[in-house]
Amino acid sequence: MTAPVKKGRAQGLLQRNNEAVARFVFLAAACVCVLCVALICAYLFATALPALAKIGPLQFLGGVRWDPNRNIFGILPMLVGSVCVTGGAILFGVPVGLLTAVYLAKFAGSRTAGVLRPLVSLMAGLPSIVYGFFGLVVLVPLLRELLGGPGRGKSILTASILLGMMILPTIIGVSESALRAVPGSYHEGALALGASHERSTFFVVLPAAKSGILASIVLGVGRAVGETMAVVMVAGNQARLPGGVLEGVRTMTANIVLEMGYAQDLHREALIATATALFVFILLINLLLARVKRGDRA
Amino acid sequence: MKKPDVLSFLLRWLVRAAALVTTVLVLVIAGYVLINGVPQLKPSLFALKYTTSNVSMLPALLNTLMMTGLSLFIAAPLGAFSAIYLVEYAKRGNRLVKVIRLASETLAGIPSIVYGLFGLIFFVTALKWGYSLLAGAFTLAMMVLPVLMRTTEEALLAVPDSYREGSFGLGAGRLRTVFTIVLPAAVPGILAGVILAVGRVAGETAALIYTAGALEELVKSPLDSAATLSVHMYHLAGEGLHVKESYATAVVLMVMVLGINGLSSLAAGKMSKGGKCAS
Repeated sequence: MTAPVKKGRAQGLLQRNNEAVARFVFLAAACVCVLCVALICAYLFATALPALAKIGPLQFLGGVRWDPNRNIFGILPMLVGSVCVTGGAILFGVPVGLLTAVYLAKFAGSRTAGVLRPLVSLMAGLPSIVYGFFGLVVLVPLLRELLGGPGRGKSILTASILLGMMILPTIIGVSESALRAVPGSYHEGALALGASHERSTFFVVLPAAKSGILASIVLGVGRAVGETMAVVMVAGNQARLPGGVLEGVRTMTANIVLEMGYAQDLHREALIATATALFVFILLINLLLARVKRGDRA
Repeated sequence: MKKPDVLSFLLRWLVRAAALVTTVLVLVIAGYVLINGVPQLKPSLFALKYTTSNVSMLPALLNTLMMTGLSLFIAAPLGAFSAIYLVEYAKRGNRLVKVIRLASETLAGIPSIVYGLFGLIFFVTALKWGYSLLAGAFTLAMMVLPVLMRTTEEALLAVPDSYREGSFGLGAGRLRTVFTIVLPAAVPGILAGVILAVGRVAGETAALIYTAGALEELVKSPLDSAATLSVHMYHLAGEGLHVKESYATAVVLMVMVLGINGLSSLAAGKMSKGGKCAS
């Protein structure tokens, strides 16, 4: 602002104007994402709440039957479906992911880590439709041959295994950086007290990285709950309460993607309400994540 | 060296086994798709016209390119400008900044099917765009905005403050400093973010089914329905009539997205190297 002073006040004013305009443009751009969130909330809730009032909140969230032809809309089976499949994914994904993260952070030599890390990011980059296709042509026939069951291969178990694979990169990436963030002195202290490398890693470093690991699991839950295309291809999609892990199940995401194409009137609104329930679910998970992260800093 | 106890021995092998499982899983998925898909690639699959007898993927492939280009054209400047505001303009502890960050974190967590549904309600129905390239591109732009914001922010933060101080010291204003000094230094990082976003857009399905529709033809105008490669693949795999073609499409999709992601890490690597030279 000092350089162009010689050229007169007009130009200085012009430049100051430019600065102000630019500042405003950047500010406006930054507000776009706030606007996006506001729009999403407004449009989802504006459709969902009236539908909820028509169906009855208890009927909607607690109803065990989903029968659009008779205008019966209970999403409890889908809620249970999402929870089962996500729980299964955590069961399969977390142990493998966490141990792989420990391996990468504390055990791998630089050469093995140099091979494994790109493989993990490759896994993170695969489109969900490719996972779904793999599940459909490999996992479904495999589980049908091995275990059979009423779902004929398309079941809670299949979806859980596939989702467990899909959340692996998230778990590995976030847990590994949490493990790396633990000060080296913890590890060395344990070694100096006579613990082996393995014991020190598992009983000193791992507990110290607890909140970061928890954050990775919460992120994994978020990804598993929101996953659509892969689940829809392997879960069987029957809209009823499942009786066992070998039965097919429908998740909230699957419910939307399967029926939105032809839904009309209240049916359509009920589907949007399903999406809103999913949205609220995800917001709660994000809130949990924020708390976990804050716990890290304290 | 002390002889390790049983527990340590077990733990060590447990960790190795987990790493092995991860490696095998990646190789099995990628290998299976490649081995089964590559032999199915035929020139006829790249015909310019999609018919029911020859389910060509070329129209979908070109639609994907256009969809990706359009959504990044919308989202990249927005993401970059937002990041510039957050890093270069906003004061520390500003309440608005907290709101913006909260919003972008919320956006990042929303599942793609919810974006798709919002796109259907807002762009397709309320704005009366119909199932169209434009509706799909705007939906995807919203979806990748937080990714772009975060990566650009990181790239800008990585530019040393001495650059800015030097520029201010020579009498440049803030705007000039941003555009002539800070942004050029941050280009590789921003590029890496953009390429990452491209990868996400190119592989996206759930957000597009109900916004861009499923018309398997090359789009002629932004208001035409346009099936992208992943939507094309969803329909093929769902019908179960064209298994061979599904495999071929899976390969093309996988190689495309992984190639894009590889480019992104290459650009990011350049950034960190550039940073080292500068310091």
